[in-house]
Amino acid sequence: MNVELILILVVLTNLKLLGSSRLGSSIRMVGWQGLLLGLLPLLAGHALTPRVWLLAAGGIAIKGVMFPWMLLRALREAEVRREVEPFVGMITSILTGVLALGVSFWLGQRLPLPHPVSSPLMVPVAMSAILIGLFLIVSRRKAVSQVLGFLVMENGIYVFGVGVVKEISLLVELGVLLDVFVAVFVMGITIFHISREFDHIDTDRLSTLKDWKP
Amino acid sequence: MMASVHILLALALAPLLLGVINRTKAFFAGRNGQPLFQLYYDLAKLLRKGAVYSRTTSWVFRAGPIVGLAAVVLATAIVPLAGVGAPLAFAGDLVLFAYLLGLMRFFTVIAALDTGSAFEGMGASREVQFSALAEPVLFLALAALARQAGSLSLTGILSAVTPAGPAWALVAVALLVVLLAENARIPVDDPNTHLELTMIHEVMVLDHSGPDFAFILYGAALKLWVLGALLVGVVLPGGNIFLSLLAMVALAVVVGVIESTMARLRLLRVPQLLVGAGALAALALILVMR
Repeated sequence: MNVELILILVVLTNLKLLGSSRLGSSIRMVGWQGLLLGLLPLLAGHALTPRVWLLAAGGIAIKGVMFPWMLLRALREAEVRREVEPFVGMITSILTGVLALGVSFWLGQRLPLPHPVSSPLMVPVAMSAILIGLFLIVSRRKAVSQVLGFLVMENGIYVFGVGVVKEISLLVELGVLLDVFVAVFVMGITIFHISREFDHIDTDRLSTLKDWKP
Repeated sequence: MMASVHILLALALAPLLLGVINRTKAFFAGRNGQPLFQLYYDLAKLLRKGAVYSRTTSWVFRAGPIVGLAAVVLATAIVPLAGVGAPLAFAGDLVLFAYLLGLMRFFTVIAALDTGSAFEGMGASREVQFSALAEPVLFLALAALARQAGSLSLTGILSAVTPAGPAWALVAVALLVVLLAENARIPVDDPNTHLELTMIHEVMVLDHSGPDFAFILYGAALKLWVLGALLVGVVLPGGNIFLSLLAMVALAVVVGVIESTMARLRLLRVPQLLVGAGALAALALILVMR
């Protein structure tokens, strides 16, 4: 298990997310991604201080176990159709993902970094995860998939933080982990309440709430 | 000398692979299955028969099987097996390889269209749609390998493959999907269905009979062999001839296991599978390009 392998697997989970049509399998895929990223700080060339161990354990517990559990529970209780229902088709999504990957690798080569990173893949993979997360947020209809897009984007920032910035970042990451935990917690509850109130969690129907009707 | 031995092996043993696949499927289903050499018997039987031609068909229909077989035999001469160089090797022969398979497909398709049957036209349309998606995957995978090996010839590429690293694994998976799609095996097409609206390859050859049909069956077996030899060459580079032949049989068993454990995908999902394989091959290309 080295860093490169983990980063490649992260990219593959991202592509799978773009191509999968079931909400449940998407949530599990994000869970796997969280587990992989939890291992990352241990292998990224930091000194193995207690703080690094804490970050890895916290990452695995929260991203790999808690989030999938909470989201699967929200999905079960919201009783929605378990399909992704994207605005953009699966094939176009995957092609967009590959394009984002190409752009990230191109950008990653010309980005000057303060000090050498442990793997040349670190920066491109982080940027592709951010782009793909953004794409997942704008191209999916269900609130749950938008939470997933948000998580993928956060994972990208996390890879960037662990790989590029030394020492201080771990403290920041711990704080961010807590923030994201609260955010997903709140979103899980909100999804449940929205679906109980309106019988669905399609976000595009929120646009009908505006005053002016054409 | 060695090079001509390997092409003779391909010509002699190609139908055996289908026998191995069928025996594997029979094992999984708890049947005895057909004999290992069934395809040889079928070919011998068909070659003894006469051919029947519909009055609506033209010379295109008769040319289809012959051109298809000739193209795939030539493709066999390009792909090396077991570290032995192919009889035909020059810079850029991987493009010729891809388009020889394309030529074979093209003639199968226009022979199917030539019959004027709506049913065969439908199969031809599907075949063209899926192969249009499978061809970029093959090219992306070959491009990744060529970039890594610094050679544009299949012989050069397969002698320089290093069987390690993520890019290599991604290419191998992409090539396996291409093999399954191009040979109309199960996640894409079910070779056992007959007269059913979902089939792709089998429907195009319904009107061929006698020696023509034998040519088509033998050509399909050779196509499985050449794509299999490519995949085996990538997964197990170098190696001696017996190891490679063993690997070909193992590949046939793997295909049989896939066919026994998976269901055929819905027609709408097949492009997703192929585009997914294309994404893997593209990722491999990006990884070796950086």
